Amino acid sequence: MDLAVFLALLAATLRLATPLILGSLAGIWSERSGVINIAIEGIMLSGAFAGYVIAEKTATVIGWSLGPLPGNLLAGSVAACLTGIFLGLLHAFWSSKFRTDQIISGTAINILALGLTAYLLRLIYDVGGSPKLADTLPALLSWTVAGKHGEIAIQFTPIMLAALILAVISHFGLFHTPWGLRTQAVGEHPMTVRTLGMSVEGIRYCNLALSGAIAGLAGAFLTLEQIGQFNEGMTSGKGFIALAVMIFGRWKPLLALAAALFFGLADAAQVLLQTRGISVPAEFLEMLPYLLTIVALLGLVGRTRPPAAIGQS
Amino acid sequence: MPEFARNLVFSALAVLAALLLGAVVLWISGYDVLEALGALALGASGSINANAETLLTTTPLLLAALAVAIGLRGGLFNIGVEGQFLLGGLASVWVGSHLTFLPGPLLLPVILLAGMAGGAVWAAIAGILKARFGAHEVITTIMLNYIAMKGVAYLVRGPLHGPGPIPQTPYIMETAHLPILIPDTRLHAGLLLALLIALAVWWFLWKTPWGFAMRAVGLNPAAAEYAGVGMRRTLVGTMALSGALAGMAGGVQIAGVDFRLVQEGFSAGYGYDSIAVSLLGLNSPFGIILAAWLFAALRSGAAQMQVDAGVSSQIISVLQALVILLVAAEAGIRHTFDLAKQKRRTATATGAVCPPITQDRNSSAATPSPREQN
Repeated sequence: MDLAVFLALLAATLRLATPLILGSLAGIWSERSGVINIAIEGIMLSGAFAGYVIAEKTATVIGWSLGPLPGNLLAGSVAACLTGIFLGLLHAFWSSKFRTDQIISGTAINILALGLTAYLLRLIYDVGGSPKLADTLPALLSWTVAGKHGEIAIQFTPIMLAALILAVISHFGLFHTPWGLRTQAVGEHPMTVRTLGMSVEGIRYCNLALSGAIAGLAGAFLTLEQIGQFNEGMTSGKGFIALAVMIFGRWKPLLALAAALFFGLADAAQVLLQTRGISVPAEFLEMLPYLLTIVALLGLVGRTRPPAAIGQS
Repeated sequence: MPEFARNLVFSALAVLAALLLGAVVLWISGYDVLEALGALALGASGSINANAETLLTTTPLLLAALAVAIGLRGGLFNIGVEGQFLLGGLASVWVGSHLTFLPGPLLLPVILLAGMAGGAVWAAIAGILKARFGAHEVITTIMLNYIAMKGVAYLVRGPLHGPGPIPQTPYIMETAHLPILIPDTRLHAGLLLALLIALAVWWFLWKTPWGFAMRAVGLNPAAAEYAGVGMRRTLVGTMALSGALAGMAGGVQIAGVDFRLVQEGFSAGYGYDSIAVSLLGLNSPFGIILAAWLFAALRSGAAQMQVDAGVSSQIISVLQALVILLVAAEAGIRHTFDLAKQKRRTATATGAVCPPITQDRNSSAATPSPREQN
């Protein structure tokens, strides 16, 4: 393998890993505080949709830009995060106020997201797909190498960079700040936290808002940075795969980052094999990420232990 | 009020609230709400054919929702009904188009049994992974859904591709079709079969030792294990049984409606709808019959609504999610409601000297915080 192919694989790995990095961080912040967040898939999808619609509708309205970043795409990213916060809080509200089983309320949010985005897509654009945005979030850093078949560039786009930075911040935040320690305490021994006079629900609301914002950003990555378009059900299970990544990474941000990159690599290799015209049917290659997810869940790579109080209201 | 009537009232309220919210969504979207709802009612139950179509859709929804309910009763959340439905359909279609030497009356039951086996095997994988490795069934079943989808996509284009350019399997033998119930409609005998199965599920869960063991595991795994229930075996068994019902739904669709497997639109999301149906029916077979009819009515009504009022039928998914959220919220509201009533009762009985003992984890009365003590 020459350097150019290797770099192309690396670039694809980063691109495919980004939603998984963000999704698993969203899962970590939620589950570390004791709330199972199966709704990440739906939040991602809603974020992708809200981000796209805002960016598309404000494209002609917003003239300013922040350096190389067009204002409408930034507005879209913010809208994606806000949508995520709203749904994260909805999940927290349902599971703490009404003591709904967290998996059931998460599933309801997933169905709601899938239905509502499809409904609104038809309502606003009158089609199953949406018009392509004029431009997507451009690379902030890029590294170009001349290869045999032309130049290969690794591009670091804004949300991709944000994902990498957020993983580091989350590690620091979770293990070295009072907030992170409180989060862990709520996830392990909520009674203790309550006895100390702190609000378990309050801490969980904040964490779910954070979790939602990160998952929403993952959605914005898909529409505003990668594709520039919204399609029905476009997350296609990435939110669930991110949860497997989180478990694979043992609920630790940096380990999850590594796990997400591993998943990204597997996906990138799969795409590379497809474009090289390998004789295995495409459907089998497309199964790989899902199979890998199941393997990751088997715990073959050492014992995994979720936070003790997970799922309890 | 008896428990059953109370449940019915609460569920009806949840549906009403969801419909109301749905109407608000339509109103905000700028549709003529009355026209849309009129079309919905007409499409759901406005003619013999509309009623037949609603009952036709009730059939797979009922079977798939029973699959979800069996899982939930046994403490497992089987989101993989969609994939098991596909695998059931696949097994049925293979048998129905290959075992052509069998006479029709024999082939039909074989087709349905093949469907059950296909679904059971696919679900058992998730059950074994959970029993052996502790892999959470929610994620494994969803992954198995995607794998089933990709697998079927491959098969209908490759090894199982029937005649013609469309990616679909060969048709099953015509002699093995489920008989039509009402002439000039598509309603087939699968409906009666599904109702019988609902009765059987009720009997199994409440009248047999296996059903009892299964529910015991669902209610309190630790106590069930202590009482000598084999956890792993029950878990895999629950999953397989749930999958068998989901697979049967697929088989019934093959033998009664589709007669072959097409890549897109075979399942039409029954697997996901069934979750809402089961929750609305409070995981009881009789509740599920009513809920399945309601969701089927919404589905056929939505198709009419799309034609007459131009409302995207996706609005149904929104309604379903609202129903799940509201039914789930009601459980919590009723819990606090009952708790308050219980408190009042104990208060009058004991003269309100001691704080009532409740299971309420959040109750601050049982555990005063240090600040309150000061």
